[in-house]
Amino acid sequence: MSWSQEELVAAAYGVVFVFVLVYVAIIATKLARLQRETAELVDLARARGSSDQAPDYAASVPAAREGEIGAS
Amino acid sequence: MGLALVLALIVAPEDADQGISQRIFYIHVPIALTAYFCFGLGAVKALLLLWRGDERYDLESYVAIHQGTIFGALTLITGAIWAKASWGVWWTWSSNQLVLFLVLFLFYCAYFMLRYSLEDGPRRARSSAVYALFGVALIPVSFLAIRLAEDFIHPTVFTRDGPQMSGTMFATFVVSWGAVTLLAYVLYRVELAGKRLDADLRELREALQ
Repeated sequence: MSWSQEELVAAAYGVVFVFVLVYVAIIATKLARLQRETAELVDLARARGSSDQAPDYAASVPAAREGEIGAS
Repeated sequence: MGLALVLALIVAPEDADQGISQRIFYIHVPIALTAYFCFGLGAVKALLLLWRGDERYDLESYVAIHQGTIFGALTLITGAIWAKASWGVWWTWSSNQLVLFLVLFLFYCAYFMLRYSLEDGPRRARSSAVYALFGVALIPVSFLAIRLAEDFIHPTVFTRDGPQMSGTMFATFVVSWGAVTLLAYVLYRVELAGKRLDADLRELREALQ
């Protein structure tokens, strides 16, 4: 197959363009994955935070009530 | 990049010897110089890792070498296209300059094989750093081979008498070089930020689970 000079110049610049485009697409995919993972970790941290707070709350309520009763 | 493309493809005058195919010079040479720079940067970061022992240089060295490999692949591809346009062949094994650049490129491709064959940790960081430092010795050999070659197949544009091209051509080259360097810097920062975020998230996940 014979290539004209113009086609070869276009191919050289086109290859660079495609490489950059593919690289940006890979980075965008990775960014989407990182966003998803961050959201999962936020949910996990919130769930853990609420489960950690629950016993403290339950433990503090009778004590508070006892205090109230004692005060009255 | 847009300005560089306009200058390279429209504004710059056509070369008297090579014709339109000389316009590949404005993308091929800046990419090759950027590849050398990235490999050099990877070696500097590797040296800092071995010297100071700071683990963050391992990731910086890795990302720089990864960028260098991408730009190295682009150098080989655009060079092969330019060779087809100028010499009528995609590749010639008789030219030491081409073979030395291929050796440099393959050497850094093997860096990834070494890195991923070892478990994550200080040992992998140190082994990768030592390998990256060995590779940097090939950069001046590859770069000087173009100047010291006896076959004169590969053109030498920058001599002791200055650039062998017109003012517009030189300005186009400088703008293209700046654009490719800026592109490489942005890609380096984005990839590094992504890798660091990935590592932080992994650590956070381990801490939460």
